[in-house]
Amino acid sequence: MDILSTKKKSAPKYGRRKFVKNLFAMIASALVPGSLVAREKRSDKPVLTLANGYKPYDHNWGMGVDVNKCIGCGRCVEACKIENNVPRDPFFFRTWVERYRILEDGEAVVDSPNGGINSFKNGPGEKAIVRSFFVPKLCNHCDNPPCVQVCPVGATFKSPDGVILVEPDYCIGCRYCIQACPYGARFLHPETRTAEKCTFCYHRISKGLAPACVEACPTHARIFGEVDKKASPLQRFLRMNKIAILKPSLNTEPKVFYANLDMEVN
Amino acid sequence: MEDVINHLEPLLRKIQGYIYPNEIELHWGILIVIYPYVTGLVAGAFILASLVKVFDVKELQPTYRMSLLTALAFLLVAPLPLLAHLGHPEKSFEIFLTPNKQSAMAMFGFVYAWYLMAVLLLEIWFDYRRDVIVWAQNERGPRRWFHRLFSLFSSDLSDRALKFDRKSVQTVTIIGIPSAFLLHGYVGFIFGSVKANPWWSSVLMPIVFLFSAIVSGIALVMLIYMLVTPMRRKEMDMRCLDKLASFLFYAMIVDFSLEILDFIHRIYESEESIGILAELASGKLFVSLVVIQLLIGMILPLGAIAVVKLFGVPAELRRLLYFVSALLVQVGIFSTRYNVVVGGQLFSKSLRGLTSYKMTIVGVEGLLMSIALLLLPFVILYILFNLLPPWTGTGRGLMTPPEGSQK
Repeated sequence: MDILSTKKKSAPKYGRRKFVKNLFAMIASALVPGSLVAREKRSDKPVLTLANGYKPYDHNWGMGVDVNKCIGCGRCVEACKIENNVPRDPFFFRTWVERYRILEDGEAVVDSPNGGINSFKNGPGEKAIVRSFFVPKLCNHCDNPPCVQVCPVGATFKSPDGVILVEPDYCIGCRYCIQACPYGARFLHPETRTAEKCTFCYHRISKGLAPACVEACPTHARIFGEVDKKASPLQRFLRMNKIAILKPSLNTEPKVFYANLDMEVN
Repeated sequence: MEDVINHLEPLLRKIQGYIYPNEIELHWGILIVIYPYVTGLVAGAFILASLVKVFDVKELQPTYRMSLLTALAFLLVAPLPLLAHLGHPEKSFEIFLTPNKQSAMAMFGFVYAWYLMAVLLLEIWFDYRRDVIVWAQNERGPRRWFHRLFSLFSSDLSDRALKFDRKSVQTVTIIGIPSAFLLHGYVGFIFGSVKANPWWSSVLMPIVFLFSAIVSGIALVMLIYMLVTPMRRKEMDMRCLDKLASFLFYAMIVDFSLEILDFIHRIYESEESIGILAELASGKLFVSLVVIQLLIGMILPLGAIAVVKLFGVPAELRRLLYFVSALLVQVGIFSTRYNVVVGGQLFSKSLRGLTSYKMTIVGVEGLLMSIALLLLPFVILYILFNLLPPWTGTGRGLMTPPEGSQK
């Protein structure tokens, strides 16, 4: 009783109204910032719009290659060199085509003369060929890219739409990324002395166009599109075919998917 | 651009089997061979020096300061081959400003700076401080000024200060050993962590690098000691030389065992790359790997030192054997670096073919540049030996042996 009475005496200075008001203010100050941050986190992806209206966060690009459809004409290699100003010399390729010939005794003979840009010629072989096929190669735009991991200055990076790009202004030309790429998809541009690679023709896809190699392919062996969106032609390709990727043991998670790939290909 | 093409053109004809078309250009050439070779010498020389201070190996006292200065001279040169090799050396500072924290290579600048500033310079400063103050007192002209500057204008020669110097050297050395391990183990990690390359990708790589570094560092200090001492018309300390040779011998045995372990492990696991690696080792790398690295650089010197240890060999012959062994070890370790760096790029990542490496004579990545880069540390060392004589009782009559180094 004593205690209660003393409390009542001091109460007028700190009345019930004020107490309730402060209680609300306290609870609100604890919850409001948290809920605001949470709302921000809940709202989808960050918004980034390029000058041409392209929104990188809305996409996740990949490519499908149907080995059975490739005829080894080399138009994709030619288109890529023209579109991206790749040096014409036979040492620099953003994409190339390999020919595999499996001989009678099981031996696999692989070649890619000048990246297959002038197609392939049949040489006089001593052994009979059991089967033969062409495999277009390019940067796999890995989801877990070793080249991005090793770049000392962060010049090579995974853009929000899953495309692996190189920022030549930052690249110091140390070539660690070239060493780290398991697919041989990178080279050092002899003029700029910076690392170069396939960009999925970023200047084209950000305008809604297909990469040059896809557009040039006469047999639709290459399919470009969204990896995640149900309606994309790539998704259909992934549903309709048995799919393989290159060097799966390295856990690079490539986003170039091959249909009808032979076990000889690596 | 022209010269790149002209350089690559003849290599097209030397391809065996199939390689990815972008692989014709071999990216890390002789300069990147020199880099791990030089950092290895730094780490090895430093670890040798720390034997004196931390493990109290008194016999090695005559080489203590020599090892420190050798480490410094080579450390100053270490970043040069990297810089010369970059496509854009003018942008190299980006590594410090915007490092990619995931990248092993991005840490180079920090590891290097730590080693240079926090370990090597600090230890040299504390160890020399007393002597430098005494020298400066008896000198005139630019030499005096250099020594005053080097001592950072300190002049405290009290017992307390000297005791602090000694303690500091001890502390820095203790920090220095793991740092030296870090410096070179880290270089091994740069290669060992490349999963795309089966020749490099090995968890043993940093450790193999480390022990080969210790081997090369000891051998180098041994060579320098054996060359400099007669030049000063002094007697060589045979106890010191014998001890050096012993440590060289033990380090080589560990190094050799690790390499053999790596070899057996690869053959036993026999992964998909084994075919092309076997072709590489028995073909293009046979001379540099089996003949130079293994036979000339390892088994021969091991045998020579073993002979000295087993049979009583007269001092004159012992010196000769030590000298030749240390020289062969240098050749062998350089070859080791070559076999790792260049060897790892001679086979295609398609595991279907081999390419070739052709060194140019002139040019930034040429032979002449490489020779210059390998000679430069010796020029620096000559200057350092003149400014900071590592030996006690020089003909200059400048000093008596400091208590610190008599320990």
